[in-house]
Amino acid sequence: MTLSRRAALGLLAAAPVALPARMARAETFAGRYAYDPQPIGPGIWLVRGADEAIVFGNGGAIANAVVMACPQGGAVLFDCGPSLRYAQGLAAVAEKLCHGPVRRVFLSHLHPDHALGTAAFDPAIVAALPATRTELERDGNGFADAMYRILADWMRGTAVALPGATVVPGPIEIAGRRLQAMALKGHSDGDLVLVDEASGTILAGDLVFYDRAPATPDANLAAWRESLATLAALPHHQLVPGHGPLDPSGTAAIAQTRDWLDWLEQALNQAVAQGLDMTEAGSLPIPDRFATVKLARYELQRSVAHFYAGIEAQRLPRIDAGSGNGNG
Amino acid sequence: MKRPALLVPIMALLASTTPVAAAPTPGLVADPLASPMWDNHAAWLLGKAPVRFDPAVIVTMPDVTENQHVFPVTVDARALGKVQRIVVLMDLNPLPVAIDYQPQGALPYVSLRIKLDQRTPVRALVLTADGVWHVGGRWIDAAGGGCSAPPVSRVKGDWAQHLGEMRGKLWHEAADTRLRVSVRHPMDTGYVDNIAAYNIETMQVRGADGAALGTMTINGSVSEDPAFTLLLPPTQAGPVSIHMADSNGRTFDGRLAP
Ligand SMILES: [Zn+2]
Repeated sequence: MTLSRRAALGLLAAAPVALPARMARAETFAGRYAYDPQPIGPGIWLVRGADEAIVFGNGGAIANAVVMACPQGGAVLFDCGPSLRYAQGLAAVAEKLCHGPVRRVFLSHLHPDHALGTAAFDPAIVAALPATRTELERDGNGFADAMYRILADWMRGTAVALPGATVVPGPIEIAGRRLQAMALKGHSDGDLVLVDEASGTILAGDLVFYDRAPATPDANLAAWRESLATLAALPHHQLVPGHGPLDPSGTAAIAQTRDWLDWLEQALNQAVAQGLDMTEAGSLPIPDRFATVKLARYELQRSVAHFYAGIEAQRLPRIDAGSGNGNG
Repeated sequence: MKRPALLVPIMALLASTTPVAAAPTPGLVADPLASPMWDNHAAWLLGKAPVRFDPAVIVTMPDVTENQHVFPVTVDARALGKVQRIVVLMDLNPLPVAIDYQPQGALPYVSLRIKLDQRTPVRALVLTADGVWHVGGRWIDAAGGGCSAPPVSRVKGDWAQHLGEMRGKLWHEAADTRLRVSVRHPMDTGYVDNIAAYNIETMQVRGADGAALGTMTINGSVSEDPAFTLLLPPTQAGPVSIHMADSNGRTFDGRLAP
């Protein structure tokens, strides 16, 4: 086997996937996704993701998906998982539960654990916010590369499929299922929230995490807090977070997400003010009140990677002669 | 200059893809990380000097590689007493040496951010005054969390306007004076598209009396916009001067107030 210069030396290139190795294993790969749809109201089911990081063992099935039955037949999906294979299985589950075809797939936001399954559907029935489409055009292929590297065979056949329909905020009716769509942001630049009228359920996407630490790769914390305040003010009975269990109270998961984001921002700012390095910031103690929050250390370290250099650039003083601050 | 020497492992890396196994170098201790490149690197970096894989070299790195172009590493060799050099090595990187740091008046401690190319051992090689190299580190997987697109260098696009901008500060702690310094620089490796290699090559840190506290050789495998933490003896109250030079001959100077 010869290594191309790019493969051997492409230090900054997103490393291409080792195709030959995967193809060699293709015949023996027997991974299967398991779906356990939990009824959470009239004609609505929650399909839970694993409260874990994306690793080969879970096939990337870590995000929640929601199935809703249309009174006139057929199904609506909210998010569709990380891969073609996952989404095909989810669609089969939904069609059985709802006695009809999948009529509409809503994408909550761009992240691959929620969105790469769109490859399984006609793009015309896949709907997202305009910002989500823009972000997928920018990052989709990079996500797919990263997912192939971790998940290999689970991803077979998965390609970035851009949504063909645009969600307009306001009331939406699909074969008799009535939803309210809201265009929010903060976890990403386009965070779609649906409120299901029949069950009073907020489908919050990754604006809300519950007993699973929030992920921040595309986050704007100020916008995120505003969106959480908007959600808290909505009349609703219960809430489905993007990750973690159903919140039957409808308020606890919002409050916990807000608490984590507030703590995170304060902790990182304080770490920069104390001169800590990224390794030290990633090792900071996590408050006891987050003891039930899974992946807390993991997401803290990821958030350090997302925010730390930016905070330092804001808060550490210029020390070069060109800075004109009298230091030179 | 060290530049020609640094090309050696690249050729070794390419050579290692042929099925001919390198003969083990006499005197080398078996690598606890079982790296395919360790013997090669040890031969050109350490020669015949004695090597000890030593838990006293504490290498702290995150559990998750969220951004393979900005991966933080802290080396703490204070348990070894007086140290002459700290080399940070990524066995399987095309530019395997990130830094070669001589903590002349500083404590043997350094934090930095490096670029990872693939799954690789990341290690610190620490030379003590008795001529022994003490080695610590572990394997790091460059594949990240999966929920972040691999960032493209230079997305900011405005690096030229900010080239050489330095930030930093001193903190006076009980056992040391902590120094943090960062500089805006693209740190191009020369291995991507048609962008020529362009990186900070050296950093010198001097105390109020002009005495050298630390001298560092820096390579393109250090992340864009390099940032370092050094620890100085608590007697170093400042000011501290920083002098950097890059591969195009530009120099950058900063001064950390007491
Ligand atoms: Zn997300």
